[in-house]
Amino acid sequence: MTSTARWLARRLALSVLVVVGAATVAFGALQVVPGDPVHVMMGGAAPSPEVYQQTRHELGYDRPLPVRYGRFLGQLLRGDLGRSYQLHRPVAEVIGSQLWPTVQLALAGFGLAFVVAAALAVATAGRRSGWRRLSSAAELVMISTPGFWVGVLLLTAFSFRLQLFPVAGGDSLDGLVLPAVTLALGLIGVFAQVMREGLERALEQPFVLSARARGSGETAVRLRHALRHALIPMVTLAGWIVGTLLGGAVLVETIFSREGLGRITATAIAGRDLPLVTGVAVVAATIFTLLNIAVDLLYRVIDPRMKEVIR
Amino acid sequence: MTTPKLAIPRPEAADAEPSPATRRPPGSARRWLSRPPGRPRRLPWRRAGRSGRDNRRIGPGVAISALVVALVCLAAIWPGLLARADPNAVEPVDALLGPSGAHWFGTDQLGRDVYSRVVHGARVSLFIGVGATGIALFLGCLVGMLAATCGRLVDEILMRITDVLMSFPGLLLSLLVVAVLGPSSTNAAIAIGLSGAPGFARLVRAEALVIRQAGYVRTAVTFGAGRARVHLRHVLPNAFAPLLVLALLSVGAAIIAGSSLSFLGLGPRVPTAEWGSMLAQGKDFLTISWAMAVFPGLAITVTVIAINIVGRDLQRRSEGRHPSGTF
Repeated sequence: MTSTARWLARRLALSVLVVVGAATVAFGALQVVPGDPVHVMMGGAAPSPEVYQQTRHELGYDRPLPVRYGRFLGQLLRGDLGRSYQLHRPVAEVIGSQLWPTVQLALAGFGLAFVVAAALAVATAGRRSGWRRLSSAAELVMISTPGFWVGVLLLTAFSFRLQLFPVAGGDSLDGLVLPAVTLALGLIGVFAQVMREGLERALEQPFVLSARARGSGETAVRLRHALRHALIPMVTLAGWIVGTLLGGAVLVETIFSREGLGRITATAIAGRDLPLVTGVAVVAATIFTLLNIAVDLLYRVIDPRMKEVIR
Repeated sequence: MTTPKLAIPRPEAADAEPSPATRRPPGSARRWLSRPPGRPRRLPWRRAGRSGRDNRRIGPGVAISALVVALVCLAAIWPGLLARADPNAVEPVDALLGPSGAHWFGTDQLGRDVYSRVVHGARVSLFIGVGATGIALFLGCLVGMLAATCGRLVDEILMRITDVLMSFPGLLLSLLVVAVLGPSSTNAAIAIGLSGAPGFARLVRAEALVIRQAGYVRTAVTFGAGRARVHLRHVLPNAFAPLLVLALLSVGAAIIAGSSLSFLGLGPRVPTAEWGSMLAQGKDFLTISWAMAVFPGLAITVTVIAINIVGRDLQRRSEGRHPSGTF
């Protein structure tokens, strides 16, 4: 237990470094961006010299770089990410209000992809049938298809032609179906391939033979004994999954005009709203690092042998 | 007295109906475990290699895919050969037509020929895809080799920086870089290349650390080769070889990432034909014309599928070429 505690302390300390590093990179990027931040904030209008000087002073741009960097880190520690140029609200508040729709979407997409991929893998692992070939081909197509195109096609087919789902936004469950499907399609291919390979490796293990020897049916062997082992490689993919979900959310929320962190990010970048962009970057890095630690912790719980490997 | 039911399989039954898993050749787990070091790690989503199949035969799927890749390259280099019409010729009278003999893929909201724009768009997409992979490969090799060779401190610092970069989700990192550099196709390539570099860096470092232990490297050191020479002439080429196939596969991913960026309006400037931005425009006219949104997406998908099929085939071959560690 103490070894786990020490490991956790080390990882947390490292993750603080990583987040501060990410924040520093974001801060540095803000400094090298061409264009005067005061002008960006004024939205193109030419301010009088007095107003210009006052805004500059309020934003702290008249102080030397190290002082500004220190202030930036200090604010970060207090959870203050600055104010958005475009929305004129604190960045932390904006991100907080937009986080939930995106989490909802990501969870729905992940759940759907997981269930479909598990079914595909269980049905086709270790079998050399036409179904397996068909499923492999489908996976290749799903991996190679850009998510935003799928989204546009689904929108055309189901919202405009068949009018089964709302065209834009909506907090209802109806509005979640097409975005979640779009997000899931990009994941299913990879999930199914990873799970099938894990399942095939698990089916060669002695415990499967012993389960069969006890008279378990093939489906029971696969679902109850082999599938669990096939899930371990999925844990390794967690970082990739979260990245794909976050990136996918940017596209999906833009296509379906949904509320959420992704769309806020896209509009912030298009409008050069740099405090908001920095805020999203810092929050994303934090979530990502914490999740990675959680996953490694989970790994150690699932498979104690990993204590030797993951340090 | 009743005996408790014991499910003991009878040997005849077990022989008559072997389950699919036990029918497979034994020992493949052992074979996997006893891979020689220094060979490329298998990607987790790659299927197990098919044993007993002639590796040198080119299947029809691979042949067609290679043809498609060649066609896309031709379109990128010499678009006029495949599409005569000017991709930027505005013809307001013919706006938003469906596919026809004169306009194979229909026309867009300004009456421009979509087929011609798709053909001309290959150049930008391929430029972003290949450029980004090249940048990722170069940076990855540089950082990976430095980390592997310049001592513990440099290694630690470079790998922590890699961790920071990897802690950003791919597309988000590209978005941030484009936000800083401004939208253009070169910047899109740089942005995507930067987000791909950490992965290559880790791979190169891992490969280099393994290869340094190989016999031929020790032989070179014995013969008095300097550190730089050993690493440039012996370690780097061998660490690089397994990356090339992976690089081809990542061209496909980079094409998708590039078109995602221009779909979000962060790609090349407006009149330039690009698959992602064409799709974004098509999205606004979905109710009137489906053709505008369908064909650019189809172009991306077909190109990426073809690249992936060819890449996987090459991957299978490159692994099959060294059957038992004769590296």
